Amino acid sequence: MPSNAAPNAKPVLTVKNLAVEFPVHKSVVHAVRGVSFTLSRGETLCLVGESGSGKSVTARAILQLVASPGRITAGEILLDTGSGELDIVKLGALGRGIREVRGRRIAMIFQEPMSSLSPVHTIGHQIVETILLHEKISKEEARKRAAALLDRVRIPNPEAALDRYSFEFSGGMRQRAMIAMALSCNPEILIADEPTTALDVTTQAEILSLLRELQRDRGMAVLFITHDMGVVAQIADRVMVMFKGEMVEQADVFDLFERPQQPYTKALLGSVLKLETPAPRPPRPAEESPIAEISDLSLHFPLNVGMLGKPAAYLKAIDGVSLTINKGETVGVVGESGSGKTTLGRTLLRIYTPTGGQVNYWRGDGVEVDIARLSKREMKSLYSEVRMVFQDPHSSLNPRMTVYQIISEPLRTNTAMSEREMRDRVAELLMRVGLPADGGERYPHAFSGGQRQRISIARAIALRPRLIIADEPTSALDVSLRHQVLDLMRGLQDEYGLSYLFISHDISVIRYFCDRVAVMKNGKIVEIGDVQQICERPEHPYTQTLIRAVPRPDPRLRLSAPA
Amino acid sequence: MSAPTEATDIEAGLLDQQLTAGRLQAAGQWTLFWHKFKKHKLAVLSLVIVGLIYFVALFAEFLAPQDPAKFDPRFTYVPPQAIGWFVDDGAGGSRFQPHVTGFDIKVDAKSFRRIFTPKPSEIIPIGLFVKGQSYKMWGLFDADIHLIGPLEKNKPFFLAGGDRLGRDLLSRTIHGTRISMSIGLVGVSLSLIIGMILGGISGYRGGLVDRVIQRVIEFIRSVPTIPLWLGLAAAMPKDWPPLQVYFSILVILSLIGWTEIARVVRGRFLSLRSEDFVIAARLDGVSEFRLIMRHMMPSLYSHIIAAVTLAIPHMILAETALSFLGLGLQPPIVSWGVLLQDTQNLRAITQAPWLFVPGICVVVAVLSLNFLGDGVRDAADPYAK
Repeated sequence: MPSNAAPNAKPVLTVKNLAVEFPVHKSVVHAVRGVSFTLSRGETLCLVGESGSGKSVTARAILQLVASPGRITAGEILLDTGSGELDIVKLGALGRGIREVRGRRIAMIFQEPMSSLSPVHTIGHQIVETILLHEKISKEEARKRAAALLDRVRIPNPEAALDRYSFEFSGGMRQRAMIAMALSCNPEILIADEPTTALDVTTQAEILSLLRELQRDRGMAVLFITHDMGVVAQIADRVMVMFKGEMVEQADVFDLFERPQQPYTKALLGSVLKLETPAPRPPRPAEESPIAEISDLSLHFPLNVGMLGKPAAYLKAIDGVSLTINKGETVGVVGESGSGKTTLGRTLLRIYTPTGGQVNYWRGDGVEVDIARLSKREMKSLYSEVRMVFQDPHSSLNPRMTVYQIISEPLRTNTAMSEREMRDRVAELLMRVGLPADGGERYPHAFSGGQRQRISIARAIALRPRLIIADEPTSALDVSLRHQVLDLMRGLQDEYGLSYLFISHDISVIRYFCDRVAVMKNGKIVEIGDVQQICERPEHPYTQTLIRAVPRPDPRLRLSAPA
Repeated sequence: MSAPTEATDIEAGLLDQQLTAGRLQAAGQWTLFWHKFKKHKLAVLSLVIVGLIYFVALFAEFLAPQDPAKFDPRFTYVPPQAIGWFVDDGAGGSRFQPHVTGFDIKVDAKSFRRIFTPKPSEIIPIGLFVKGQSYKMWGLFDADIHLIGPLEKNKPFFLAGGDRLGRDLLSRTIHGTRISMSIGLVGVSLSLIIGMILGGISGYRGGLVDRVIQRVIEFIRSVPTIPLWLGLAAAMPKDWPPLQVYFSILVILSLIGWTEIARVVRGRFLSLRSEDFVIAARLDGVSEFRLIMRHMMPSLYSHIIAAVTLAIPHMILAETALSFLGLGLQPPIVSWGVLLQDTQNLRAITQAPWLFVPGICVVVAVLSLNFLGDGVRDAADPYAK
């Protein structure tokens, strides 16, 4: 696929030796150091990097939107205005000059469309306002233009949509509205800062194809910031890889994926591609023995409870789910946001009490119990066998306790270990999960995200559990850390004979890690089966859409934009 | 394949973009708290002032030049004396001798006012750590050393002027500091206990209990405070000893003051209850008591300190208002509010503006406590961005 840009097109934006610094605690953090790149008309440049690589700061610097106390300390950002070059760095963050550039010449869309749109104004009001700010036309004309824009981003029934509020829209619709607003003044450059990260994978696919299509029609230059190599492969013409504020490599998308030059790029791509092939797994035994059997489980939350306590409707978070987890098996649950997968995991630990169905669990001593009906006290005895790993390692570790205190907490309440024995056990656990044994005296904030997730895992395995419910354990981590955490979990599985219920929205992680997978939608399981079969020959139409929407990290497998 | 060393370097870099663990990285929460607090310059200054005020309150007897009850009708509404540093040595030169000057006192025949004119010839030498009137330090042991005073006992010494009965206003204000500031502290501890228990139950239990407690709080807050204080204060028997009145005032103030703290505690409990780390602790099998005390409370300490610092000035103002209206503390107890009663007449404003000194103290104390509370609140969550 050739690049859309003409070979020697004059760049519309040229960034030279950009540097952004943040003074923090008497020292200075160099968020961006000496970054240079150009952006031509009709071209999509992807800025890719892990968290903290400075990619978002670079994008914001272009619009002079760097958050205080950060500031641009060096470099030039040259915008080709048609009648000469304009240095945005010299314009400063305030004043008429930069306001002329923002929105008019360079527009930006953000990651979270809910917080970028005002909840107290209608969508139409906000778009019309943007148009009127930059152009002298009548209100009616502006409104007509706004409706056309909404139509262009394929929001159904655009006239009516103008009078609705952002909270009435779904995430994907909101992002479409944001795009419409960004396009309202025909900008030459569109900066998209992780515009699809907060969206479900099917919505992401729609937004990406919309962006590609709009770019082709308008010949805009697009600067696309993302951490997802799959998205890069889908949308980029050229790619710039950033690491710790510096540019690592800049190349054509095909060159980058096929012939990466720098070791960092190789390592990054390696960790992405590693997740593309399932990890080697021992074959399942012929005779499966279940550890937990969920049958017809349901959890309905009453909605709009009226005066007499009679709910008007029920939110069916889990609606008749049946699923078996066998000993030593990893069962994945995949679904988009709101599908009830997290609720399912939490219901198994009775964080929520189910409203119907049963969960038969075979305890370590061979006794079979129904988790759905256990009393609080009986449930407590199960907490040492069934453990949970949370999604966000920042919020699941108490910031006011040391790592030793956090990991020893289950030991303290469930065993009669002495303080000395606990110290030894915690040191041993820390080593097992790949952290220094003396890290116990530190607080969680002294550790990075990946390390924190290792601490969570250490806490989960402290009691030698039999079943671990892992709720998106890799979603908050950078891609290069994901397979490391998964490999650790896999190693622990072999060592302890663990079973996992692995909840994720990310198909590639599921494929890498799981034996079987259940696809959830609206509280129901739509398809369940072997992970290979689901990923390669999905039967249910929803699964097919879901699998197809996953951006593959290979630019040759690019989805063609719908006509 | 690149060289193995390079590969591991990159792998390590990928594995962990952790900064080298500096002092802050490994620091405990109080270190972080202090670090953030230090940045709030106004709050640090306020902390020093509040510290000084409480120091004054603690050593009031020693710091006050005179007994607050000692009166001398000759010096009714005597103006403040200025400290002079040098005196003539009689030989044309001068020597260092801190002093104040005495007064010529005339009584105006028409208005019966006393007119004070400084008499430079009457030098009253003053010094530090002088022997003065004896007092009982903290009511425990006898002493007679004062930080500052005239070298000769019973000479007039009024750095902040005198009041209606010729009592030293400075001494009275210093003694008033003890009562006013302790009302704040003790009253708030009382409200803190009530507020934490009721707010904690309300937030942790939720449901009906929560609703009942919240409605009670709303009811209490909706009652206009001054009439309520008046009513409660009026209900106090007039023949109670001053100390008992003092404690009753405390109880009255904290019975109303606990609502704010209860709200803060409830809000924090509500949001903490659904935090992942609290759920994680519950799944660790932790008992309910330990869950609250060990896992939830530590996240609350700093917020509670902030709420307390912000509640103290309310208490002080309330006491001042009540006493000013004559319904709070009664003489002979000296508090800032009691002292301010003297400013209720016009004569004070025209003739003796120094009677407002206790008022300035109230303003300074309340302002610095408020700034301090702000600083503590901002620093309260060292993990917030």
